[in-house]
Amino acid sequence: MRTLVINGVGREVDVEDDTPLLWILRDDLQMTGTKFGCGAGLCGACTVHVDGQAVRSCQTLVGDLAGTEKIETIEGVAGKAAEAVKTAWAEIEVAQCGYCQSGQIMSAAALLAATPKPTDEDITAAMDGNVCRCATYQRIRTAVHRAAEIMEG
Amino acid sequence: MLHYLDKPLEAARGVAASRRGFLKILGGAGAGLIVGAMLPPGSLVGAAKAANGADAVFNPFVEIAPDGVVTVVIKHLDKGQGIATGLATLVAEELDAAIEQVKTRFAPADNARYANLMFGMQGTGGSTSIANSWEQYRTAGAVARAMLIEAAAKAWGVPAAEVTVAAGKLSHASGKSGGFGEFADAAAGLTAPEKPALKSPDQWVYIGKRFPRVDVPNKSSGAPDTYAMDIHQENMLVVVLARPPKWGATVKSVNDAAARAVKGVVDVKSGPFGVAVFADKTWPAMKARDLLEVEWDFAKAETRGTAELEAEYKALLEQPGAIARDDGGIDEALAGAAKVISSSYAFPYLAHAPMEPLDTTILVEDGKATIWTGSQMPTVDQGTAAAILGLKPEQVDVVTRWAGGSFGRRAILDAHYVAEAALVAKAWGKPQPLKVVWTREDDIKGGYYRPMYLHQVKAGIDANGTVVGWKHAIVGQSIFAGTAMESYVVKDGVDDSSVEGVRDTTYGVSKMRVDLHSPKVGVPVLWWRSVGHTHTAYVMETMIDALAREAGKDPVAYRLELIKDDPRKVAVLKLAAEKAGWSDKPAEGRYRGVAVHKSFGTYVAEVAEISMDGGSVKVEKVTCAVDCGIAVNPDNIKAQMEGGIGFGLGAVLRNGITLTEGAVDQANFDTYEPIRISDMPEVEVHILPSAEAPSGVGEPGVPPIGPAVANAIFQATGKHPLKLPFSNGDFV
Ligand code: FES
Ligand code: FES
Repeated sequence: MRTLVINGVGREVDVEDDTPLLWILRDDLQMTGTKFGCGAGLCGACTVHVDGQAVRSCQTLVGDLAGTEKIETIEGVAGKAAEAVKTAWAEIEVAQCGYCQSGQIMSAAALLAATPKPTDEDITAAMDGNVCRCATYQRIRTAVHRAAEIMEG
Repeated sequence: MLHYLDKPLEAARGVAASRRGFLKILGGAGAGLIVGAMLPPGSLVGAAKAANGADAVFNPFVEIAPDGVVTVVIKHLDKGQGIATGLATLVAEELDAAIEQVKTRFAPADNARYANLMFGMQGTGGSTSIANSWEQYRTAGAVARAMLIEAAAKAWGVPAAEVTVAAGKLSHASGKSGGFGEFADAAAGLTAPEKPALKSPDQWVYIGKRFPRVDVPNKSSGAPDTYAMDIHQENMLVVVLARPPKWGATVKSVNDAAARAVKGVVDVKSGPFGVAVFADKTWPAMKARDLLEVEWDFAKAETRGTAELEAEYKALLEQPGAIARDDGGIDEALAGAAKVISSSYAFPYLAHAPMEPLDTTILVEDGKATIWTGSQMPTVDQGTAAAILGLKPEQVDVVTRWAGGSFGRRAILDAHYVAEAALVAKAWGKPQPLKVVWTREDDIKGGYYRPMYLHQVKAGIDANGTVVGWKHAIVGQSIFAGTAMESYVVKDGVDDSSVEGVRDTTYGVSKMRVDLHSPKVGVPVLWWRSVGHTHTAYVMETMIDALAREAGKDPVAYRLELIKDDPRKVAVLKLAAEKAGWSDKPAEGRYRGVAVHKSFGTYVAEVAEISMDGGSVKVEKVTCAVDCGIAVNPDNIKAQMEGGIGFGLGAVLRNGITLTEGAVDQANFDTYEPIRISDMPEVEVHILPSAEAPSGVGEPGVPPIGPAVANAIFQATGKHPLKLPFSNGDFV
């Protein structure tokens, strides 16, 4: 048994050391908002925050975590940046199939928390690891800018 | 096709063919089948009155709860194209419902009520959803509205003609008013009017205006149980398979000792599906699958590689094939032309790679089965699973979830991945839910690709630039051969989906001959967003561009001359050119290309503006004009054009599936890398106003983008990319 702090709550899980955080979230905790897209760090569908940083949960092995990290997922991510991103995403109607969008939102929220007024270059750099097969990229870019506006108030 | 699917295929064919709607095909083909659309008699008659407090069922498409919530039952799969919102819009419009009270739910597999009127069976594809539901869903809404009015009039003791409805509220001049919920139960018990009047366009409050997407809140918050991948059931096992590494191979022997040693693995079984690992969770199943040592029997496998296939296809190009069109006298026409140009094109296999990898959950118990999946052809999935499991189709429940993309991948005429899950369940033999999950590698290597094609074209013009002869040969696998729809689409050896967009071109070509070869290859193939137009539009639009140069004419002006009898095409081309500032020279280092194409009844023109750095192409901006008839949801049309352009662009830039000795060379998003935000151009979409019946928008944005960019490259380098994808660099 080991404990992980997810969305502010301590959760006990019984898994092997080499288990990716992605599958702990999806299978053990049934928090399926975090998606499996490639399992190889190539698509960003599995993006979560670990101590405020956007990381790929499919590449984060539980054995490499101390257990004290603050893990946030799409279900629980909070704060000014995350709220603004969710509002902007709904307003711009970014989602098509939607399968990539949890990861997009998590990457965008991490970007805005660190860089509240991102340039187009900042957005490209921060979001380039998040694949959207529906190619909603234009709206993703618009929504990140909109979220920045919302944060400004 | 996999041999074990032959029988289920027959069963599915039986299910489909027995539906009378299937007989009403009027013409056309491909996934864009145009079949006589009609409302099945009695389809809109109110069903039994709901018992105490449950939703009142007005007809198969509309249910209204006591609290006023209107549930629109969606007969098509929503894989991101927004059809759930589209159908909700149609019902809400005629019902005069308020946006907030409208919800959607996917229909169960039930051919009698929910068939696609263009296919005659339940299914989504060919951008047909809006077109075939346009009358049906509006009528469903209007019927429910009339019944609510009648119920309210009775309750209030006033004439029905005096009751008005707006934004979910019934009112009378006397001051009486009430919500739908108050009258739903009484209304559902009334006789449905047969031909309720539908609104005229000037009365629309949602159509052509705005109706928010119904799925955005859930998809922006990681809501549980949205996709089939999210399904979790008590006592469920996850199954990951080792499939044959070459099509047609079978399992010879397995050493599963290491796999079985993985904690969480419950069992390993071999079968016609390959080798299946059953585990309590996904990770151990995936890990163990990779530890299997399988010896395969390749005796009956496809072992040709891309190079061998290309050589064989090239040889076929030189021989006469099945004749898709022959106006006669082609050789004389070319001999008499002032100028003749010829080009040979190569298009690779393409994977769909929907963002949600394929997955199906299946439970077989007590003479029935339940299947949870993003089902795009429930009729076929149901019939196929039933045949494998020895059940009747009605004993198989298909529960549809939102699909994490499809692009054609989930509409499979042999239902192969549902069939596979059924075979796995049969091998398991216990009443336990099994979730079969594909990894991304399984998906990329899994076949059902857009076929590989070669084209060869010789086109001649006279001194004025008029096209006097067009000789065209195409080689590539038939998508429809061997499927339940073969007889409708393949005529005289010509699969229409291999030649659509060429033989029916509206460019004024006085003499055309089109030869088609459809070789048999062991690689399973499938329609891919916009089907034949994915390659035919590319060839037509780049050839026309090259001819414009030969004729010394501007690419837009030249096209306008040649398509003068196709007014909707003319209109989109003019609009895109105007909005892109075609008549002004592009800025230093920028180049523009244009393409226009009609597919699935919708006309799209795109102007691409690019910059180039050596062999690498950056698409800076795309200006798009679309005519899809009445624009039901303008914002969604824009979204589909943006997405279609991005999807098509990613493929032409760098995607291709290649084979070495029959095995796929690519595996994941590193070797088959989708378009990313850094590649995405700015996209500007203009919608032509129209009073024509609406046509689809999911696919038609795709075909013009490849040739538009290729034509811009032609401006920059004097060469068209002829061997796709562009990363081959044959134009540098
Ligand atoms: S699933 Fe983790 S990056 Fe793709
Ligand atoms: S919305 Fe479908 S993959 Fe992004």
